[in-house]
Amino acid sequence: MNYYGIKAIYKFEMTRFFRTLFQSFVSPVIATSLYFVVFGAAIGSRIQEIDNVSYGAFIVPGLIMLTVITQSISNSSFGIFFPKFVGTIYELLSAPVSFFEIVLGYVGAAATKSLFIGLVILSTSMLFVDFKILYPGMMILFLILTCLSFALLGFILGIWAKNFEQLQLVPLLIVTPMVFLGGSFYSISMLSSFWQTVSLFNPVVYLISGFRWCFFGVADVSIATSLCAVSGFMILCLAIIAWIFKSGWQLRT
Amino acid sequence: MRDFLTIKGLSKNYANGFEALKTINLRVKETEILALLGPNGAGKTTLISTICGISKFTHGKITLAGHDIVLNYRAARKMIGMVPQELSLESFETVINTLRFSRGLFGKSPNDSYLEDLLEQLSLLDKRNSQIIELSGGMKRRVSIAKALSHEPRLLFLDEPTAGVDVELRKDMWLLVRRLRNKGVTVILTTHYIEEAEAIADRVGIIDKGQLLLVEEKGSLIQRLGQKQLIIELQAPLKDLPSILSDYDIVLGADRQSLIYTYNMRSGHSGINNILSNLTQSGIIFKDLQTKQSSLEDIFMSLVNEKVA
Repeated sequence: MNYYGIKAIYKFEMTRFFRTLFQSFVSPVIATSLYFVVFGAAIGSRIQEIDNVSYGAFIVPGLIMLTVITQSISNSSFGIFFPKFVGTIYELLSAPVSFFEIVLGYVGAAATKSLFIGLVILSTSMLFVDFKILYPGMMILFLILTCLSFALLGFILGIWAKNFEQLQLVPLLIVTPMVFLGGSFYSISMLSSFWQTVSLFNPVVYLISGFRWCFFGVADVSIATSLCAVSGFMILCLAIIAWIFKSGWQLRT
Repeated sequence: MRDFLTIKGLSKNYANGFEALKTINLRVKETEILALLGPNGAGKTTLISTICGISKFTHGKITLAGHDIVLNYRAARKMIGMVPQELSLESFETVINTLRFSRGLFGKSPNDSYLEDLLEQLSLLDKRNSQIIELSGGMKRRVSIAKALSHEPRLLFLDEPTAGVDVELRKDMWLLVRRLRNKGVTVILTTHYIEEAEAIADRVGIIDKGQLLLVEEKGSLIQRLGQKQLIIELQAPLKDLPSILSDYDIVLGADRQSLIYTYNMRSGHSGINNILSNLTQSGIIFKDLQTKQSSLEDIFMSLVNEKVA
């Protein structure tokens, strides 16, 4: 195992995070705070409780997930796309590092960044609404699994993308709608039975539902199902990345 | 000296049928400096990229110090440093950080004193905390070299190292290559500059259309394939070339006061004696004689053209 290699990638990526602290950290915090102001305080006060949880508190897990998922994808996809774009990828491809070590470095750094942002948003939300976390250990586990899974997805997107336009395409057209329609701001039980069935095909539903369960003990789907879904998604992404490095797709001629 | 890099039957075909490398066989000895010469698109960079693991190959086997570059890629790649043709650097990173990254990536423990020593050798020490974007083109080229050397490689690839750099930097690089060899590093460089190959290489490989046409010791290559010219300076100008010399590959110079005779060292018999006695018999007085050896460039062009024909 090339530990120095993993550490070098991880440290290099984290340095970028601290160098671009404003974009990496301050902007998602400001955006989430605005969501709390608008949906939690302004509109939320007029919406009745959902599953005995105030609307302001109900949206906290969804908002954290929204930011964590988009940040994990963007950090990770940019992390691997940038060396491709500027040409420094040659160094990575010629180094004595395995695909797993490369993934550990890039995905580990991207997941750390989004985990950090997620925890900061959680702290920020405590300033706006009153709530308790019923299962903090499970909440952290869920958060870490989500950060890792979507950082893996972002890594795949970063390798796939040939330009900055493509890099933005999937998060903008697929991931964001999936997160919004995955129950960030509502419980899927509020939908008609047809749309409830449709929603069950959206993997993000399982993440938000499981994450919300960790907070309030209420969920649209069982926690076991949610855990299986996020673990399955992570394994699928890892398998795709293993194939990419083996075949050299989009990396080696 | 033992073989350090061995390439056997290496070929690389693209899906569209294009053959980028055609059954390359090559052995490079430890601490040798090998220059690969070839026109654009000849396959020089592809060959280097394939050895480094950046590009895949179709058939063949490459071993470095006995380590197969596919089966035992960790051991093999640890020994390789590469300076790419393009300046590919992270613009907003500092010089020292980019070196630390490269060293770590190749599995070496942190060693700032080694990196600082390297920066000093490359006249970059005062720029250690500067962002790469602030550096000049020549300095970026040096950073690129420092990155390749950051993990103390035993085999260094330099892909067109002096393309677009000034004379001073070119000379510095040649000096660096010689110093590296003295420290036990094997160097393979690709170049367009024949004078570069002549100046620093021990052996020269000529590659064209994915085929390694020859690899030979530089001096013997020039001697074996080199054509020579004898320039005979005459006392008085001539109207025409004397008929007595018509059997030789000889022409009258533009000033009509010199005769230029082209001959090949390979023939063993230069014919100079006969020409000079013929001139004396004809009463043509010569005042000076000069010979000119063909350069690697002439040899390279003749080989490539021969192949095209």
